[in-house]
Amino acid sequence: MTRKLSFSQAVNEAMKLAMQRDENVILMGEDVAGGAAVDHLQDDEAWGGVMGVTKGLVQQFGRERVIDTPIAEAGYIGASVTAAATGLRPIAELMFNDFIGSCLDEVMNQAAKLRYMFGGKAKVPLTIRTMHGAGFRAAAQHSQSLYALFTHIPGLKVVVPSTPADAKGLLLSAVFDDDPVIFFEDKTLYNVKGEVEDGFYSIPIGKADVKRKGTDLTIVAIGKQVHTALKAAEMLTKKGIEAEVIDPRSLSPLDEETILTSVAKTNRLIVIDEATPRCSAATDISALVADKGFDNLDAPIKMITGPHCPVPFSPVLEDLYLPTPEKVLQAVAEIIGDETIVAV
Amino acid sequence: MTVVRSELKSLTREKAKWMYEKMCEIRRFEDKVHDIFSKGVLPGFVHLYAGEEAVAVGICAHLNGKDYITSTHRGHGHCIAKGCDLDGMMAEIYGKATGLCKGKGGSMHIADVEKGMLGANGIVGGGFPLAVGAALTAKIKKSGAVAVCFFGDGANNHGTFHEGINLAAIWNLPVIFVAENNGFAEATPFTYASSCTNISDRAAAYNIPGVAVDGKDAIAVFEAAEHAIERARNGRGPTLIECKTFRNYGHFEGDAQTYKSSQEKEKHLNDLDAISRFKEHILSMRLLSERELNDIEEKVEAAVENAVEFAEKSPYPDEKELLTDVYVTYQ
Repeated sequence: MTRKLSFSQAVNEAMKLAMQRDENVILMGEDVAGGAAVDHLQDDEAWGGVMGVTKGLVQQFGRERVIDTPIAEAGYIGASVTAAATGLRPIAELMFNDFIGSCLDEVMNQAAKLRYMFGGKAKVPLTIRTMHGAGFRAAAQHSQSLYALFTHIPGLKVVVPSTPADAKGLLLSAVFDDDPVIFFEDKTLYNVKGEVEDGFYSIPIGKADVKRKGTDLTIVAIGKQVHTALKAAEMLTKKGIEAEVIDPRSLSPLDEETILTSVAKTNRLIVIDEATPRCSAATDISALVADKGFDNLDAPIKMITGPHCPVPFSPVLEDLYLPTPEKVLQAVAEIIGDETIVAV
Repeated sequence: MTVVRSELKSLTREKAKWMYEKMCEIRRFEDKVHDIFSKGVLPGFVHLYAGEEAVAVGICAHLNGKDYITSTHRGHGHCIAKGCDLDGMMAEIYGKATGLCKGKGGSMHIADVEKGMLGANGIVGGGFPLAVGAALTAKIKKSGAVAVCFFGDGANNHGTFHEGINLAAIWNLPVIFVAENNGFAEATPFTYASSCTNISDRAAAYNIPGVAVDGKDAIAVFEAAEHAIERARNGRGPTLIECKTFRNYGHFEGDAQTYKSSQEKEKHLNDLDAISRFKEHILSMRLLSERELNDIEEKVEAAVENAVEFAEKSPYPDEKELLTDVYVTYQ
């Protein structure tokens, strides 16, 4: 049975189900419960995370398993690596992905390396949940989308869901995966609702989802930008153009086959990625198609990304920063050679 | 109650006047931002400094234009105490072109480098090495400047606290590390998150002086800062000052603050209020008259109202600003 849940509720439900299923699953991070050791505070009054995503988990599982940490990312993210390697299955919350600057070594040189470097004799079943994304007026140090940084590093899996249902199923896969998974949650999607199956289910990491079928061009979009792609696709229908929208859902592993198969059918590719344009998920996916699908292309690949600058604070500038359906239409007009498309 | 220190010669009439004005400016500015934010006018989120005025003002009272400070996400008070323009600050918080950072930084990133204000900071613990670097410049260039690193109790468990203080100690740099211990890192109590009783105790590990003062007593902060800053200016290295304080508002606006007890809030908002206490001191020390203080309050009220008007009337940044101040763009 399905119900409408917000993205935030779906993530919360996945954590609850994971913790019910396996007592080795613990959750730690800054204020994931909130108000640790405050005598007068009832657990139902606790924050449950700065955005309320982990609300209620401390009531159900107690402070032994829902652990507030000091603001010390190198310390607790590092500890979660070996907690994972020695028998637990931690979910560690890095509040904003921008804070990776404070603990990159623990992720890049420890979590990502142990299994390979130790000859396969260690596994690190760790999930790091982290917020990303612009559009929240949170300025340069709280708005980045840094999934490409992690995609670059062998040994990490990178998941970027776009819907509540995907978030739930992918998070359950992440928690029960024996390798470290960086799980991105767009802060501007938390209140977006969608149909979500109740009970435990998982969606395999590394399998893209075709969010909309089409024949005329392929749009691969990352995270929230899947919704930009779907809006653009609706607008294009009025011009008789049917876009196929692919959500890779994970950037590492990347489902190359689904993307290449789609481009073989449509012969055109647009990639939408709100992150900055260099060495990005967009360039990576474009390179894949240029390399393995070149003969199927009838037009240059177009990338719609954020510009090469930090995310600005002022709303007028931040709105310019982000991809929009209009920018997609402009790109479609260019690769189809029909300027009237932008007037849709 | 704090003992009146009539022997404190450096607290001149002019200094007391400046301090009272700056404390009132911070309080009025923050109360105003609180009101405006609740009306949904401001973009993003804000972390207010109200309640902690005695710290920024007591420290910055000893700084000059050449000195540096680094700040935190709760940075408005530091900006005001270091002399940042209220109009430019308010416009920045509104995201307007006339803001101190042209609207590109926002509340969490207000900076005025010409005034030695090296930026509010969105990264907890970000300020420690930044203050060390500014102090290194001062030492190498023999400018006589000092650097003050303001940080919250949350940051004292961060690795950068330890790396920054150790560096300042081994290089004997003119840095004053100022802990604003308001009891809570977001919603997590200091007593839970830190293994030490006082942040200042940690100075011992780096072989530098560490002092803890009542951070809601502007004169106590002023006195501790005087010693530490003089010491730093004379080439005798860093000091860690812990100011025990309290924030009047939540971690961010919208925080229900369920982790604070009502008695604690009541006590801090009334009996222990930093501005009322400082006012009482300077009146009893006959540094300024009631009339003079009232004039200051009126002047501050008008300045903050002007700042709001300035911000509201200012234009948003031009679209081309999106791609200015980056080294290279790809279009």
